[in-house]
Amino acid sequence: MTRPRSKQMTIDEVVAQLTDGMTIGIGGWGPRRKPMALVRAILRSELKDLTIVSWGGADVGLLAEAGKIKKLIYAFVTMDSVPLEPNFQAARQNRTIPEICEWDEGMFQTGLLAASQRLPFLPMRAGLGSDVLVNNPDLKLVASPYADENGDFEEFVAVPALKLDVALVHMNRADAHGNATYLGPDPYFDDLFAMAADKTFVSCEQIVDTAGLTTDVPVQRVLLNRMMVTGVVETPNGAHFTNCVPDYERDEKFQKHYAASVKDPEAWAAFKERFLSGDEAAYQDAVKAFHAEQD
Amino acid sequence: MTDVNSTVTRAEVCAAAIADAFAEDGEIFGSPMGTLPMLGARLAKLTSNPDLVMSDGESLYLGGVPPIFAKADVVEGWIPFRRVFDVVAYGKRHVMMGATQVDKHGNQNISAIGPFEQPKRQLLGSRGAPGNTVNNRTSYWVPKHSSRVFVEKVDIVSGVGPKAAKEAGPAASKYNDIHRIISNLAVFDMGGPDDTMRLLSVHPGVTVDEVVEATGFELDIPSEVPTTREPDSAELMIIRNMLDPKNIRDREVPPVEATK
Repeated sequence: MTRPRSKQMTIDEVVAQLTDGMTIGIGGWGPRRKPMALVRAILRSELKDLTIVSWGGADVGLLAEAGKIKKLIYAFVTMDSVPLEPNFQAARQNRTIPEICEWDEGMFQTGLLAASQRLPFLPMRAGLGSDVLVNNPDLKLVASPYADENGDFEEFVAVPALKLDVALVHMNRADAHGNATYLGPDPYFDDLFAMAADKTFVSCEQIVDTAGLTTDVPVQRVLLNRMMVTGVVETPNGAHFTNCVPDYERDEKFQKHYAASVKDPEAWAAFKERFLSGDEAAYQDAVKAFHAEQD
Repeated sequence: MTDVNSTVTRAEVCAAAIADAFAEDGEIFGSPMGTLPMLGARLAKLTSNPDLVMSDGESLYLGGVPPIFAKADVVEGWIPFRRVFDVVAYGKRHVMMGATQVDKHGNQNISAIGPFEQPKRQLLGSRGAPGNTVNNRTSYWVPKHSSRVFVEKVDIVSGVGPKAAKEAGPAASKYNDIHRIISNLAVFDMGGPDDTMRLLSVHPGVTVDEVVEATGFELDIPSEVPTTREPDSAELMIIRNMLDPKNIRDREVPPVEATK
């Protein structure tokens, strides 16, 4: 029987496809279903000068702290239960990220949609009158060619396409060909990230055969079709310490430990040594040991 | 059961004032951010505006009205973030956001304190405030009224006030609707001259002078300033026994006696 090709790969094979200066979109939302195993792999790599596009959480904080980001496009960076991400805050307050683009969070969707539809921009009200336009002087306005009910030709923000070189997303299940499901409450915008990117790499909790994707799962949960996907990598607990419900909730204890460690240079050095100095397997072992100590 | 006859607390006055902000909204999506807004909007749904559409703040529309921070019992729909953006643009929404700074002209800042290039204190980022304020009704909740929050001019404009919206043109002003600004001391709208903040009522036990003292710009103050109404006994029963039996509200707005 002929089958679509397998795209299964390792974390290192994903990172080997990334190069300096790339624009990388990171899926998920804040502290929810982030491709953290792939983010950790970037932290370990020699990659630099990245443009990061993210509805941000600790992914942004960690990459900023590691000096990987040349340009950041974000609307917020938060870990929810810890509202302000301390590494991101420090990066902003010490001005260590050379280029900063703070957008409205809905503008992100519009920018990704434009890229996914191969349009240079899409019009939107968001941004008008706010400092988003002041602080992003590259954002231009576009006039409606149609008069409104008052005879005005309204001027909108022309949200530029957020064209990505690479999208990284984390899903609950995928097959080896790149079809993938989310089993939690929200798809976020992972399909848009995938369609806005030249290459999309999907990490997932578990690789199953294609039929297994829709066993007891409605087909509407198959968010990604394989034609949008370049590579698939199985990374159990790979969204840690963000959530990946129903597989697991956010690791609040670990998140607190992360946030507290960042605020003290010695504690932060110890955190990095303990959790971020080895590969993904070492990370997962260190997290297990951390919880064993806590219990 | 909490005694419904005991003294009405400041948090309960705020809950009723917030409920009143949602009372006339009809069948639209009420999006309260924070403890008291969540309590107040749910109070509105159980009293003045049963048609209000509410979510669990994550991805589900609530069929019933569970206590604040409780899981949905009945669900009436799906509202993941992508659909929230759809509803923002559709316009049938009233969001009540927090604000680190609000200025005289009703601009709001949740982005950062200090210069944008290198803030003294980086906050969340502008989130959805720019889009909310030019698309749907927006109110602000300030649990701790002070001249550090109510400033002459915000450092960064995240949420757009009516004057800035008008200056930005019809596409910005057409749907701009800054409805109420509610603090632990008073209720305001944007009805002052030249689209400035106007004092609508002071909470019981608060004087106009106290509000003026705690505000960093000149407010529009009518000659007669009424007192914010107290919740009635039915509302107190709902607040105390149904929506917030654990009294989470007092953590956001402590009882006045305790702070003196």
